[in-house]
Amino acid sequence: MRFDLPNGTSVQALKDVSLHLKEGELMSVLGPSGCGKTTLLNIVAGFLAPTEGQIVMNGHTVSGPDAERGMVFQRGALFEWMSVRENVSFGPRMKGQREAQYGAEVDHLLDIVGLQDFKEKAIYELSGGMQQRVALARCLANDPDVILMDEPLGALDALTREKMQSLVLKLWKETGKTIILITHSVEEALLLGERLLVMAPRPGRIHKEYRLPFADMGVGQDLRDVKKHPEFATNREEILGMIWDMEEEIMGRTEAAQ
Amino acid sequence: MIPILIYVAIFIAAFFAVKLVTAGTQRHDFTSLKTVTFGDESAVVSDRKASIISIVAIFALWGAFTGSALLPGFLHAPGPFVGEGTFTYTVETSDGERDDATVTVVVHPADAPADAPEVAPGDGFAKDDSVAIAAYRSQLARLDKNDEIGRGEGARIVAVNGESIEPGGVVQTDFARVAMSQRGTLNIEPDKGWQMEPIWLPAPENVGSRLAEIITDGFRNYTLWEHLGFSLFRVIAGFVLGSLVGIPLGYAMGLSNWFRGWFDPIVEFMRPVPPLALIPLVIIWAGIGEGGKIILLFLAALWIMAIAARSGVSGVNISKVHAAYSLGASKWQLMRHVIIPNSLPEIFTGARVAMGVCWGTVVAAELVAAEKGAGMMIMVASRFQNTDIVIMGIILIGVIGFGIDILMRWAERVLVPWKGRS
Repeated sequence: MRFDLPNGTSVQALKDVSLHLKEGELMSVLGPSGCGKTTLLNIVAGFLAPTEGQIVMNGHTVSGPDAERGMVFQRGALFEWMSVRENVSFGPRMKGQREAQYGAEVDHLLDIVGLQDFKEKAIYELSGGMQQRVALARCLANDPDVILMDEPLGALDALTREKMQSLVLKLWKETGKTIILITHSVEEALLLGERLLVMAPRPGRIHKEYRLPFADMGVGQDLRDVKKHPEFATNREEILGMIWDMEEEIMGRTEAAQ
Repeated sequence: MIPILIYVAIFIAAFFAVKLVTAGTQRHDFTSLKTVTFGDESAVVSDRKASIISIVAIFALWGAFTGSALLPGFLHAPGPFVGEGTFTYTVETSDGERDDATVTVVVHPADAPADAPEVAPGDGFAKDDSVAIAAYRSQLARLDKNDEIGRGEGARIVAVNGESIEPGGVVQTDFARVAMSQRGTLNIEPDKGWQMEPIWLPAPENVGSRLAEIITDGFRNYTLWEHLGFSLFRVIAGFVLGSLVGIPLGYAMGLSNWFRGWFDPIVEFMRPVPPLALIPLVIIWAGIGEGGKIILLFLAALWIMAIAARSGVSGVNISKVHAAYSLGASKWQLMRHVIIPNSLPEIFTGARVAMGVCWGTVVAAELVAAEKGAGMMIMVASRFQNTDIVIMGIILIGVIGFGIDILMRWAERVLVPWKGRS
C-alpha cells in the first residue's frame, strides 16, 4: 500500500502484510500510532484499494464495501436521525426486508446488548457506552461474515470499557463471527485476541504474531481473573517493551531528521 | 442628544431600581452559586425584567417626545410654545428718531388654524402689529408695512425688547427666537420645545389609529392583508424556487467533482453580490411585476441554499458513510437515509438565513417599484409625508420578519431534533 502525497513524495503505509484468517477467529491488531492499522482495516473493509496484493474472502476478491464485512467504528457512525431500533434494523431494511422479517432478530440483539428498554430512544439520549452497544447490535443485525472493529472501545471510559470487553467476547462466542479488532490498549489486545498481531511502523508491517488463550478464558470467566493469570503479565510486559522500542525508534528518527 | 441621555439615564436607573426591588428575592439555583460569572458565558442569562423595561422605555420615550395622549402630561417633554406672546421692537428713522411698537404673536397648533388678532395701532409712527404662526413654523414679518415711516423711507429696526439688533443678529424673547435677516426683516421663530413634530415622528396612538384605519379601509386600492400577503407570497415563492434548485445543486456539488468544479466559480462569485444590486438588472429584464420580484428572491435564496446543502453534504462524518455502505446500502439508499437527513441541520440554518435575506430584499425591491406590498406602502406613504404609515409599515415588517424566524426555529426544533447533539 503506497500513496502519493501532494508534495510529490509518497508514503509506504503498508508493506508485505500477509494474513490468513480462519472462520470464527478473533484477531486483535496492536501497534504504535502511524503503523498502518487503520489503513489495513480500511483495505480489508474495501474502503481503500490496495496498490499491490489483494484481499480474498469467501473465494472472491474484495473490491469495495459490502454487507458481508460489517464495521464498528470508534464513534460517530450512528445515525442520529433514527431511533435505536431503526439504527439496528438499518442493514435488514436496506436489503428490503419488512418488519415481520427482521423484527424478532433486532429485538433479540437489543436484548443481548442490554438495550431492551431503550429501543425507541434517540441516539443522542444515550451514553457513549450505550451508543457503542447500538453499533455492535447494528453490525450483528446485518449478519456479516466478518466484523471489523476500529478501536471500538477507544472513546469509552475505563470502567465502561471493561464491561464492553466482556460483551464483545460474549458476542464472539455466541455468534461465532470472525472478528478483526484494532486497538491501542495492550490489555485489550491481549484479552480480546485469540490471535494478536503486533505491527511496526514505517513501512507498516507485521512485527510479531501471538496466539493467546485469554480470549477463550475470558468467555466464561471474569476478565479481572484473566488478568491475574501469570502469562498475561509476561505477555503484556513483552509487548509493551516492543512498542516502547518502536516509539523510541520513531522519535529518534525524527530527531535525527531535524 | 437629550433623548439619548435620558435613555441612558433610564437604563442605569432601571438597573438599580430592579436590583433594589429584587434584593431579597434572589433565586437559589446552581447559577446563583457560581462565584465566577464575569467571563462565564453560561452564567449570563437574559434578564426578562430588563427586556420588559427596555420595551416599555422605548414606547415611553416615544410617547414623551411626541406628546402622546397615552402618557400622563407630566411625563411629556416640553412641547412647542402655543398661545399668545408679545415683544416690542424699536424703529429708528434716518433722522435718528425712535419709536417702539408691540407685536402680538398667536401660535396655534397646526391642525387648528387661527387668524392674527386685531390690535390697536397704538401711538407714534411705528404701529403695533399682530402675527399668527402655526406651531413649529416660523415667519418673516414685514412689521414696517403698517408703520408711517417704513423701510422704504429709510427707517430700520434697531432693537427688539430693548436689546439692540443688527442684520444677522438674534434676540431671544420669552416665547420665541427673533432673528433679523440681512435685509432687516424680523423672522419670528416661536420656541419648538423638545417634542418631535408629528411629521417627523407621530405619537404612538396616531400610528395605532392609522393602523386601524388601514385595516378597515386599505391603502391604495389594496387591503393591508393584500399588501403584506403579496410581500409574503413573493418571499415564499422565491424561497421555494431557490430551494428547489439550490438544494439539489448543492448536493450535486457536494457529491461530484465535475459539478463542484463547474459551479464553484459561479456560486462563489454570486454569493457576495448583494441581491439589492441585482434589482436594476432584474427590472430591466423582467419588469416591475411579480415575475421580476420572484426572480430576484429566487436569486437571493439560490446561492444561500446551494452553499448550505453543499456544506451539509461535506459535513457528513465519513464513518457514517462507511458504516452505511458496509451495512449494504446502495448509493441511492445512502443518499436517502444518510446524506439527506445528515444535511438537514445545515439546510435549516441556510433556510433561516435565506428567509431573512429574502424578506429584506422583497421590501427593498418594493421600495423601488411595486403596486402592492409592504415596501411599496411605506415608500408611497413617505412621498406624501405620512410618517405614521411609514412607522406602522416598519413595525409590521419587523414583526413579520421576526415571526418568520420564530417559525423557522420552531420547525427546526420539531424536524431536526438531533441538531448539534451528535
